[in-house]
Amino acid sequence: MMNRLIMLACGVMTMSAAVANETITIATVNNGDMITMKELSSDFTDKNPSIELKWVTLEENILRQRVTTDVATRGGQYDVMTIGTYEVPIWGKQGWLTELDKLGASYDAEDLLPAIKSGLTVDNKLFAAPFYGESSMVMYRTDLIEKAGLKMPKSPTWDFIRKAAKAMTDKEAGVYGICLRGKAGWGENIALITAMSNSFGARWYDENWKPQFDSQEWHDTLQYYVDIMEESGPPGSSANGFNENLALFQTGKCGIWIDATVAGAFVTNKEDSLVADKVGFALAPHNNLGKRGNWLWAWTLAVPASSKKSDAAMKFISWATSKEYTTLVADKKGWVNVPPGTRASLYNNPEYMAAAPFAQITLDSIQSADPKNPTVKPVPYVGVQFVAIPEFQGIGTAVGQQFSAALTGTMTVKEALETSQRLVERAMRKARYPK
Amino acid sequence: MSINKSNKSKLIYTFLAWTISSLIFFPILWTLITSFKTEAEAISSSPSLFMFDWTLENYEEVLARSPYFNHFWNSIVISLGSSILGLLIAIPAAWSMAFVQTKRTKNLLMWMLSTKMLPPVGVLIPIYLLFRNFGLLDTKLGLVIVMTLINLPIMVWMLYTYFREIPSEVLEASRMDGASIGEEILYVLLPIALPGIASTLLLNVILAWNEAFWTLILTAADAAPLTAFIASYSSPEGLFYAKLSAASAMAIVPILILGWFSQKQLVRGLSFGAVK
Repeated sequence: MMNRLIMLACGVMTMSAAVANETITIATVNNGDMITMKELSSDFTDKNPSIELKWVTLEENILRQRVTTDVATRGGQYDVMTIGTYEVPIWGKQGWLTELDKLGASYDAEDLLPAIKSGLTVDNKLFAAPFYGESSMVMYRTDLIEKAGLKMPKSPTWDFIRKAAKAMTDKEAGVYGICLRGKAGWGENIALITAMSNSFGARWYDENWKPQFDSQEWHDTLQYYVDIMEESGPPGSSANGFNENLALFQTGKCGIWIDATVAGAFVTNKEDSLVADKVGFALAPHNNLGKRGNWLWAWTLAVPASSKKSDAAMKFISWATSKEYTTLVADKKGWVNVPPGTRASLYNNPEYMAAAPFAQITLDSIQSADPKNPTVKPVPYVGVQFVAIPEFQGIGTAVGQQFSAALTGTMTVKEALETSQRLVERAMRKARYPK
Repeated sequence: MSINKSNKSKLIYTFLAWTISSLIFFPILWTLITSFKTEAEAISSSPSLFMFDWTLENYEEVLARSPYFNHFWNSIVISLGSSILGLLIAIPAAWSMAFVQTKRTKNLLMWMLSTKMLPPVGVLIPIYLLFRNFGLLDTKLGLVIVMTLINLPIMVWMLYTYFREIPSEVLEASRMDGASIGEEILYVLLPIALPGIASTLLLNVILAWNEAFWTLILTAADAAPLTAFIASYSSPEGLFYAKLSAASAMAIVPILILGWFSQKQLVRGLSFGAVK
C-alpha cells in the first residue's frame, strides 16, 4: 500500500513537472501592440503547456538601459528581449544574440518585408524577428487644408508642407500648422531631422567617417526646420516628442503632423481623437532629390546569447511574429489593431487594407526606406534615422541638444551646426574611426 | 500694537506656508485627479480640475494588467528590510564615532558621505557582475543588500548627529554600574535616542521605497517593486497618462499615508539637536 502511494506521488510529481517545466522571461516595451501580445499570450501557453511566461514591461529608455546591461554582462535575466533595429546589427555582430534558426517550418520568413528583414540580418543570419514595423508619414487635417484652399498631394514636397502649414495656422484659435518633434534625443528630434536631412541630401558622415555638419545640405535642413517651426509651430515645441504632438493633434491643435506611421491608428481612433474623421495621410515630404524624409524602425524580438532556454524562447518568438498571430489579433481586436509593417501577406489582405486607411502609405514608406543607402550620397553606415554604431546614442543625443537649442533660439543654426561638427569630430576621434 | 504686529506676521507666515505646501502638493493632487479621468480627458488642452466624468476604469485596468500586490509586497520587504538591516549596522557604527572618537573619525564620516556623491551608474557594471555571480539578480535579498549599502552613509550620519547630542556622562554612568557595551547601547542609548532612530528608520523606508535606479536595473519579474510597476505604464508611443497616473497613485499612496501618520515623529527626529 505504502509503495503504491509513493509511486502515485512520484507519478503526479513527474506529470506536473512535464506540464510546466520551463519559464521564460520576456522583456518588452509598453506600447499598445505589446500590451495586446501579453493579453493574448494564453493562446501560446495553451498550445505549449510546458512553457510558462513571465513578463517585464517597461518604458523604452529604461528597458534599453536594462537589457543592454544584461546582454553585455551576460546576466541571463531575460530569454526574450524586445529591441529595435538600431540594436540588432550591433548586438548581432558582438555575438550577444542567438541566431533565430529554430522558428519552425511553417514560419514563412520569406513573407517578412525585405526592408525590415535586411536590418535584422548579420552575415545572412537572422538575429531578431520583427514584431511591428513603422516608417514616418504626413498626417493632416482634411478640413483645415480644404479651408486653406489647398490639396495635399500623395507625395508632397517640403516647400508645399511649409506653404500649407502657414495657411492652416490660426494662432489666435490655438491651431498650429505644423507639429514636429523638438525634444532633444537620438530617438526624438534626431530621428525626425536625420530622416529629413536625407531628403535634403545631407549625411552624418562621408565615406571616410568624417562628420558632415559643416555641409550646405545640413544647413538647409536645419534652417528649414527652425523656420517652419517658428512660422507655424506650437509654442514650447522644443519639449514636444511623439506623445505631446499626438495629444496636440488629437485635440485639434495641429494642421500637419509628420511622425511614425503607427500614429495612424491613434489619430483615427474615435474614442480618443476629436478629429478622427478629419484626418488624411500622405507620404513623407521630399525635396526633388530622389529621397523622402521617412524613417524605418521595427520593434523586434530576439534571444540573448546568455539565455539557457533559447528553444522555448524561439518557440514564443515564432508564435508572436507569425501570420497566425496576426489572425488571432484580428479576431480578438479587429484588423485595424494588428501589428503592422512586418509581413507582405498583411498588405495583400483586403480586410486589413479596408480597415486601415493608412496601410498603403505605411507599406510604401517602409519599402522606400533603404537602411544601407539612406541618403543621396554614399555613406559608410547602416540606418535611416540613426547610424548603427555603438557610439550613436551618445553622439545623437548631444547633437539633438544643439538642434533643440537652435529651435528655442538660444543658438543660431550656424552655431548649432558648428558645435555639432566639433562634438562629433571629437567623439569619432575618441572612438578611433575609421576602423 | 505689538500683539497686532505679531498677529499680522503670523498671518503672513501661515499664508506663505500654505502657499508653498500647496505648490509642493499640487503635482501629487494633479496625478490623483488624472487617475480618475479617461485618457481623452487626461490629454485635454483645457483640463478640468473637478468637473469631469469620474471613472475607476484606470484602476481596474491597471489591477487587471499588472500584479500590483506582488510589487507592493516587494516594496515593503525591500524598504523595511534594508532600513532595519541598515539600522543594525549604523547604530554601533554611529555609537563608536560619537563616543569613541579618534583623530580619523571625521575623515571616515566624510569618506562615507563621499560615496553618495558618485553617480550610481558609475558602479553599475561591477555591481551587476557581482549580483550575477552570486545569483542575486532579481531577488529581494539582493535589493535589500544594495539598498542598505546605498543608504548606510545617511543613516550613520543622522544617528551620529543624534548621538552627539546625548551627554557622554550618561553612558559613562552606566559603564560605572557595570554595563557592557551591548547593554549600554541597548538599555541606555537607544531609549534616549529613540526619536532620532525612528526618524532615521522612517526616512530610509521612504528613500528605499522611492529608489528608482537599482530597483529597475537589478530586478526583472520576481523582485520588481512599485517603481518598476510605475515604469511599466510609461510609453513613448501612446498616451497612457491616466493609467500612468493611476499606477503612480497606487504606488505613492501607501508611503504618503505612512508619512502622514508619522509626521510628528519625523519632524521631531529631524529637528532633534537643531537648536543647541
